Formats: sequence, C-alpha cells, structure tokens
Amino acid sequence: MNPVLVAVLVLGGVGLVCAALLVVASKFMAVPVDERFPKIRECLPGANCGGCGYAGCDGYANALVDGTEEKINKCVAGGAAVVEALAKATGKEAEAIEAKVAYVHCKGDCEATQKKAEYNGTKTCKASKLLFGGEGACTFGCLGYGDCAAICPEHAINVINGVAHVNGARCIACGQCVGVCPQKIISLIPADAAVKVTCSNKDKGPAVMKVCKAGCIGCGLCMRNCPAEAVKVENNLATIDYSKCIGCGKCKEVCPKKCIL
Amino acid sequence: MSDAAKLLLIAFSMIFTENYVLVQFIAICPFLGVSKNFDSCIGMSGAVIFVMTLASAVTWTIYHFLLDPFGLTYLQTIVFILVIAALVQFVEIVLKKYIKPLYKALGIYLPLITTNCAVLAVTILNIDENYNFLESCVDGATAGIGFGLALILFCGVRKALERAKPPKCFEGLPITLVAAALTSMTFMGFAGIADNLFH
Repeated sequence: MNPVLVAVLVLGGVGLVCAALLVVASKFMAVPVDERFPKIRECLPGANCGGCGYAGCDGYANALVDGTEEKINKCVAGGAAVVEALAKATGKEAEAIEAKVAYVHCKGDCEATQKKAEYNGTKTCKASKLLFGGEGACTFGCLGYGDCAAICPEHAINVINGVAHVNGARCIACGQCVGVCPQKIISLIPADAAVKVTCSNKDKGPAVMKVCKAGCIGCGLCMRNCPAEAVKVENNLATIDYSKCIGCGKCKEVCPKKCIL
Repeated sequence: MSDAAKLLLIAFSMIFTENYVLVQFIAICPFLGVSKNFDSCIGMSGAVIFVMTLASAVTWTIYHFLLDPFGLTYLQTIVFILVIAALVQFVEIVLKKYIKPLYKALGIYLPLITTNCAVLAVTILNIDENYNFLESCVDGATAGIGFGLALILFCGVRKALERAKPPKCFEGLPITLVAAALTSMTFMGFAGIADNLFH
C-alpha cells in the first residue's frame, strides 16, 4: 500500500476516534447550565463587593436561580436600577432597597481619649490589637490604623484625628469594613437614621470615664426617655433598634455624655 | 537489575535527579503560572499526574500497536499531540461533571495542560528509552509527581517572595525567575545519587 495513504489513514483514524470519544463524552457528561443564570448575572454590577451577603455577584445570582434567595433587593451597590432589572429577569415585583451606610461607633479621638502605650509595630489595626488590645486607653474603641479605609472599595473611609469616619455620600454599604474591623465597632445603619450611638465601650461607667471623655457610661437615661422603646442599654452600652426608632431625638437630648448623635 | 529496582530507579530519577521542571527545564509555563497559590498547585499537580500517566499508557499502546507495525514511527510527535489534546479535553469534561471544585480551582490552567510540553516530553522519552508498558506508566506518574513536587516547593518560595522587598526593577516576574533558578540549583544536589544508589 502507498505509504502516504497509510499515514493519512492512520492519522485520520486516530483523529476520528478521538473526536468520536469527545462527542460522546460531551453528550453524556454535559453539565446543564441554568439559562436564567446568565440573565440574572448580567443585571448585577459585577463589583463582587459582597454587600448582598454572598461571595460575589456570581454567588448572589446562583442563590437567586436555585431559589435559596427570594429577595431581589439585596444588591445595595447597584441601587434601584439593578432591582428593576432583576425584577424583569426573575418576574418578581420590584421592592425598594433600604439604603444603608456604614457607621463607626466611636468618638474617641485624640482629644477625648489617651494612649496607654506607644505602639511601633506593623501599622494595621489587626496587628496593633494583638498587643494588649491596642495602644489606646480604651480597648473597645477605634484603633485608628485604617484597616477599614484600606479595604473600602469606594475610598469612603478616612481616619481623622485617630478615629475612622465614613463618608455617607460615597458609602455603598457593602459591609467589607464591618467584617475587617478587629474591634467590631462598624455596623450598617439606615442612611436616614435620626440618632446614632457613638461609643462601643462595654465597661461600667467609672471605668469608661477614666479612659474616654466621649464614652457611653450606661446610665440608661436614653432607655427610660425613649417613647418607642427603641433604645436599650445592655452590657453598659446603649444600642438603638432602628426598626422601632421613630426619630424623635429624645435620647439625643437627655444623654449626659453626648454619645448619642 | 531486577524489574522492581528498575521501576524504583525510574521513579527516583524522575522525581529528583531528572526532575522535568527543575533539572530539564520543561513545563516552565505552568510552573510560573500556577505556583502563586497552594490550592491551585495541588489541583494542577493532580491533573498533570493523572494526564501524564494516562498519556503514557495510551501513547505507548498507540506507538507499539499502531505506529510501529505500519512503519509510521516518524508520525509519533503529531499523533501524540493529537491524542494528548483529546485526552485533556476528556479530562476537562469529566472534571466539570464530577469534581466541580477542582474544575473551578484549575480554571484556565486545565486547557494549558493540552500544550504542556512536559506531557509530550514524557511520552516521547518513554519511546526513546525503550520502556515497556509498566515502566512507561510509572515514568509518566513519577514525572507528574516530580512536577508537583517542584510546583509545591516553589509555591513556598513564592510565599516568602511576597514578603520580600526586591529592588523596583526586579519586582514581579524577574525576581520569580531568579528564585526559580536558585530552587533549580538545589536539585543539582541530587545528581549522581540515583546511579550510585541502584547500581
């Protein structure tokens, strides 16, 4: 037989067998992709900020597709436009997003509180906390090295005078700062909140007075004066339940330490 | 030399003295590409070991029962490339179906094995060395293990590199290549061990 013909036949045969194998494999082992997924994923902004509580936009889209997530208003970064697009894609009714912003519950700046030691280590909150809970006299307050500012995708956080401040206008409420803060003093509150607690110290009154001029002493005046029972003092610290708060501002007026703003 | 001793010699030289990545400088692309992250190192090594063993077995069979009888041994390179490419595609389909996390971890690197020269090298060297079927399979598997060893070792080196502050002009790939060269030099220490150990 012609050697060229043999070569062509053998090579072609091997190719044909391989092709057949792949065709069969892709037919029998195909992974069905839910056609709703790309549609829903397209609506999301793709910033993968995690504000919805899922690992990135893919995670949220997946949860919407397989029905583990019902709400389509979880994407805080995308705003009303995304909710509308999702409503179209999923056939659900558009709901308003509750606008939120991150808030740092601490007003212990350089004037209000002092340092108990000089810290010279790695300049991150996480590292400085490892050493006796940070260099500040108050072990609950803002450490001021700006781990939150570093992780913020919108550059909405600035450390001013030793305390982190969130610029509400830029904040997209993704919640990354909430997770990264080693002191756990950042939380997401309604953007239109009338009152905020500006302290996170859970020590008793006298101990707080010693370390910070702006600290909550847990006197309970706010709790007693709140007409809606929205303010609670637990562990010597006032907290506000925003689902009950009517925004009257009574707590703000009566607070002797001005730590409700 | 007994059969078992010969298999041991093959295994030892493939993992240490003749390590594909660090001694023979084959498969540098995935070596630099995947070694950033320990998890993908493990995934890539697993895939390479699997593909190399399978490719060794399949290509040995094809060479000795198809190419050799028809006198077509000059076609070995192109036939092997074809078979390996199909094989990797097949592995990809299987992984996608049954081992989803591994598929996700490998991502774009799985198709890279298609053009991974180490896989082609191992199959051609099997033929050149006149290995029998079992020896070919052991050669393929241990070459993959050697690749994995190099990858995991270098992953550790790169973790240390991340903390180091090289001069600006060395940042990124240049310092990685310097580190790779130093890692490769450490494997020169194994040279000669295999022969003296088994002869």
